[in-house]
Amino acid sequence: MSPTSVTSSESAVTVSGLTRAYGPRVVIDRLDLRIGRGEFVALLGESGCGKTTLLRALAGLDPIQGGHIDAPGRPAVVFQEHRLLPWDTLWQNVSLGLPGADPRKRAAAALVEVGLGDRLDDWPRNLSGGQAQRVALARALVQEPRLLLLDEPFAALDALTRIRMHVLVKELVARHQPGVLLVTHDVDEAIALADRILVMRNGVIASEHRADTHGGPAASRDQLLRELGVATNLQVA
Amino acid sequence: MDGRVSNVDYVIQQEYRAPTTPAPTRHTSAIAKPGVKPNLIVLSWITPVVLIVVWEALAQAGWLSPQVLPAPSKVLRTAWKLTLSGSLLNDLGVSLLRAAAGFAIGGSIGFILGTLVGFSRIAEALIDRSVQMIRAIPFLALVPLVIVWFGVGEGQKIFLVSLGVAFPIYINTTLGIRQIDPKLVELGRVQGLSTLQLIRRIILPGALPSILTGVRYSLATAWLALVVAETVGAQSGLGFLAMDAREFLRTDVIVLTIVIYALIGVAADSIARLLERKLLAWHPNYGKGARS
Repeated sequence: MSPTSVTSSESAVTVSGLTRAYGPRVVIDRLDLRIGRGEFVALLGESGCGKTTLLRALAGLDPIQGGHIDAPGRPAVVFQEHRLLPWDTLWQNVSLGLPGADPRKRAAAALVEVGLGDRLDDWPRNLSGGQAQRVALARALVQEPRLLLLDEPFAALDALTRIRMHVLVKELVARHQPGVLLVTHDVDEAIALADRILVMRNGVIASEHRADTHGGPAASRDQLLRELGVATNLQVA
Repeated sequence: MDGRVSNVDYVIQQEYRAPTTPAPTRHTSAIAKPGVKPNLIVLSWITPVVLIVVWEALAQAGWLSPQVLPAPSKVLRTAWKLTLSGSLLNDLGVSLLRAAAGFAIGGSIGFILGTLVGFSRIAEALIDRSVQMIRAIPFLALVPLVIVWFGVGEGQKIFLVSLGVAFPIYINTTLGIRQIDPKLVELGRVQGLSTLQLIRRIILPGALPSILTGVRYSLATAWLALVVAETVGAQSGLGFLAMDAREFLRTDVIVLTIVIYALIGVAADSIARLLERKLLAWHPNYGKGARS
């Protein structure tokens, strides 16, 4: 694995003291986080630990009850479902909400980047799951976001397609240099993609693992699984 | 599209709506083998053709009194004569104009109210109950009242058509807007769309299949309303033609107007279907090359 990105001093997002609660139940508790431009951060955690809540707060989709989110520009989001508009062609989908001149040309360039440059005028219904998710990725990146939020975007894909998507995402992030926050359940995915892996528990970041300077993995699989409460020695017994 | 529906009474609404998964009959059934289809179409035309031939034969043989039911050939000849004299086209034009005016007025009212109620719970609270109460009246029961209000002039006809058109469009617009996937609306927000852009790019296109279903149903109601309005009293139009013919026992003219009413109903439906194919090209159940 080669070092694909360097943590720059420029910040993609800085979160301080973020608190999010549903009524009396505190889901995120005074959380601090900084992601630099070009940095790929994976957020692991059990279901209900607050990781998706954190992503939604960063995306500006939910109100927060305390703290600050300092993110220059609007973050782009890729959701678990592709969320393509079925009534728009692929280039129209990619250029949704894209300000500035010549949206078709820019959407076309983004679609070329994800390998769908020949499908500009096709409908989403003619796409496979992996292709649709690639269009969603193009739609996020065409906005040149400083911060890219990925909410388990590969979870619904088959294993082979998922690996292809990993390669593609890594490439695109290296080229466009957004700060990335990837929310995932998949420990292997986090290891394969991230410069930094955060494990979230009870609304706070419980531990943090950084890739070494040679771009080696940020943490071992066993270690992460242990932190997530999975007993890996069962296989041995 | 899934079945998320508001507290608007869904069961009653079903009457105006196409089956939830539109599987229009114009598409070949997935089960039918390709080679069988043309034969079935030919077969399906045999019965009506035989019926008309038998009708013609009975009339020619004198077993059917021309005053009860004139021969099809006689009706055709009458159509030709009335066309030449210009009176048929004139009356047809008057009727179509009334239908169009009523459709435009009723359709706009239904669409605007439906949009308001679809978007806003407050608008729903203010508007929906009243609309549903008025809708509970079979609108043809209003005919005597409408005649008192408008006489038997154009106002009465256009009012009745508007009334018949407004409800199906209202209900399907509301439902179409409510059925929009909230995840797509959320996406619109993430992509930074303004409210106006959100409506134009996501909400209206998403509601369009439902709205067009409303249009198709309302075309049928519009036509029915017009027939009734014109039959009750008119100085021109197809209904007038029929009622005038009744006075002189011109059964051929009466049958002719009935046939024309039917043909226009079919034409209106075809236009609505064509609209669906054009506007819903993206939809797996409508567009060209639809695989159903």
